Amino acid sequence: MDSLQQRSSTVQEPPGAISDYRPTPPPAWQPRTDPAPLLPDTEPLRVLGTDAVADADPALLLRLYAELIRGRRYNTQATALTKQGRLAVYPSTTGQEAGEIAAALALEERDWLFPSYRDTLAAVARGLDPVQALTLLRGDWHTGYDPHEHRIAPLCTPLATQLPHAVGLAHAARLKGDDVVALAMVGDGGTSEGDFHEALNFAAVWQAPVVFFVQNNGFAISVPLAKQTAAPSLAHKAVGYGMPGRLVDGNDAVAVHQVLTEAVARARRGGGPTLVEAITYRIDAHTNADDATRYRAAGEVETWRAHDPILILERELTERGLLDEDGKRAAAEAAETMAADLRERMNADPVLDPMDLFSHVYAEQTTQLREQAAQLRAELEAEGEA
Amino acid sequence: MAQALQRAMRDAMAEDPTVHVMGEDVGTLGGVFRVTDGLAKEFGEDRCTDTPLAEAGILGAAVGMAMYGLRPVVEMQFDAFAYPAFEQLISHVAKMRNRTRGAMPMPIVIRVPYGGGIGGVEHHSDSSEAYYMATPGLHVVTPATVEDAYGLLRAAIASDDPVVFLEPKRLYWSKSDWSPEAPAPVEPIGKAVVRRRGTGATLITYGPSVPVCLEAAEAAQAEGWDLEVVDLRSLVPFDDETVSASVRRTGRAVVVHESTGFGGPGAEIAARVTERCFHHLEAPVLRVAGFDIPYPPPMLERHHLPGVDRVLDAVARLQWEAGS
Repeated sequence: MDSLQQRSSTVQEPPGAISDYRPTPPPAWQPRTDPAPLLPDTEPLRVLGTDAVADADPALLLRLYAELIRGRRYNTQATALTKQGRLAVYPSTTGQEAGEIAAALALEERDWLFPSYRDTLAAVARGLDPVQALTLLRGDWHTGYDPHEHRIAPLCTPLATQLPHAVGLAHAARLKGDDVVALAMVGDGGTSEGDFHEALNFAAVWQAPVVFFVQNNGFAISVPLAKQTAAPSLAHKAVGYGMPGRLVDGNDAVAVHQVLTEAVARARRGGGPTLVEAITYRIDAHTNADDATRYRAAGEVETWRAHDPILILERELTERGLLDEDGKRAAAEAAETMAADLRERMNADPVLDPMDLFSHVYAEQTTQLREQAAQLRAELEAEGEA
Repeated sequence: MAQALQRAMRDAMAEDPTVHVMGEDVGTLGGVFRVTDGLAKEFGEDRCTDTPLAEAGILGAAVGMAMYGLRPVVEMQFDAFAYPAFEQLISHVAKMRNRTRGAMPMPIVIRVPYGGGIGGVEHHSDSSEAYYMATPGLHVVTPATVEDAYGLLRAAIASDDPVVFLEPKRLYWSKSDWSPEAPAPVEPIGKAVVRRRGTGATLITYGPSVPVCLEAAEAAQAEGWDLEVVDLRSLVPFDDETVSASVRRTGRAVVVHESTGFGGPGAEIAARVTERCFHHLEAPVLRVAGFDIPYPPPMLERHHLPGVDRVLDAVARLQWEAGS
């Protein structure tokens, strides 16, 4: 008892009684970056049908037109090839050709493209052989080209996972002192994925020379944008990462080219990444395996058909006297030649060597793979003898 | 061991300017286990980079860096923190060479401190090797000695293929005569090593269970059991030759690891040994593994982790004397 009392009497008062306590204000807070310049405009940028089109270079307009005609024909031909069983699947970009092509054409040769599985047209616009672009979708080897040759990463099927690759490549290029820009393409659905977030965050923190190009075509397979995000626009997401967001009419090839060219130039001069959202529409279904009538109304599709990227560009070119019937015919014939060549080459059965199954798993085959390769070789020899 | 790993990265970075170390806390702090200590200071923040806290982003960016000719060495900090990066690892890192028919190799090392025994709280003690082993395209390597920590990490960084480099956390503080200044052998990936010669049975093990097995082998001597201990070092590729040769000599085998038993590495190893050595076996191949439970709280982990007694019990169950 004594000792307890003794102990309690030795308890020290804390320095300064509670009644003397005065809260210290926290350190002053202010935003680290002014958000205003990062916010997208309230309206998507349009050039065609506005006064701004007067500044557009006629040669660029004609080139975009020829490429769009070719791209549309590519889409219809590839879709036809799925019906003939020559392609396992084809995710069409009919109605989205402007975004695919104008974005790819904004890159310099030394730049890199990181396409999703839907972005075959962007790869072809960059110079890739149309057949090589389709090997994945045909069921032949996954990537039918050497990515280093055209600086096009493999078409990426898992959503948004190619975006961090674009950031890493652009970052590495900058570390090496090369003024290379990476263009990373993704759909509206892909913006919900974690890799989209991580890629944008890394790019902004590292100030990597990357342009993120979201083609918002309204639906992720069947799920409309309203069920995908509550953001004011996908371009608005940029401000959260500290990079500028830009909105563009994705069916206006000239506007897409302009916005992308500016974003690429900004990245190249060390200004960091940009997020561009192109508002467009997928006229066809998600793929040939999809029934789009289950989730969208015919009227909606027709509204967008009237805002077709080819129609609005053609109107401009015709009004300016840059395009006549002969010019249209020449573009159509060039596209037809491409389609005939594609048809003919896709009709030949590809020859695959089963032994290649073991060729590129590791730099050197493991003992286990050598054993399995020997097993397959024996099976093939037995088949040959049978 | 932590110092040997640090030295391996340092030597590799000094020799090859394309080697880049990256991860959460690897720079200024030197890693939570100090394995990357001093690298940022010596090579600069561009070569040893503190990244945002996002494992998929870290590994995804490493993929792009590898595409452009760099050799990233990525730290995942803790075993269970690597799971967000699984999609990048499985869909891209492991497959990129195959998808591009050899045009785009992925010379990435993914360093994962793994396993229990250090009193870590939930999500800090997983043994995730079976997930990695099940993915073609990845090498899976784990050192058990200080010498191997250096040699295998050097080999992993030099490899043109992706290597999941599993670092046994509880061996980070293990010591040996190895000196960072002495020349150290760089071990080729894929070779197991016999750590102790014996005639009565083979203990097949790796990583944190190697010291446990060596201790069990010493203890078994008192019982008159002469045990051989094989340290796999590399789970993928698997050294069938060394393992089979040992089991054929001894006629009995126990696989020991702290990962779960069901669908675990031991299931694969026991099956391989049985397929190759059936006529040499005097007893079924047994497994001593962690229980098939989520990693337990630290206060109970000693009951979960296979210890010397559990290994010795298994050896006894090999029906030591025929007919007994």
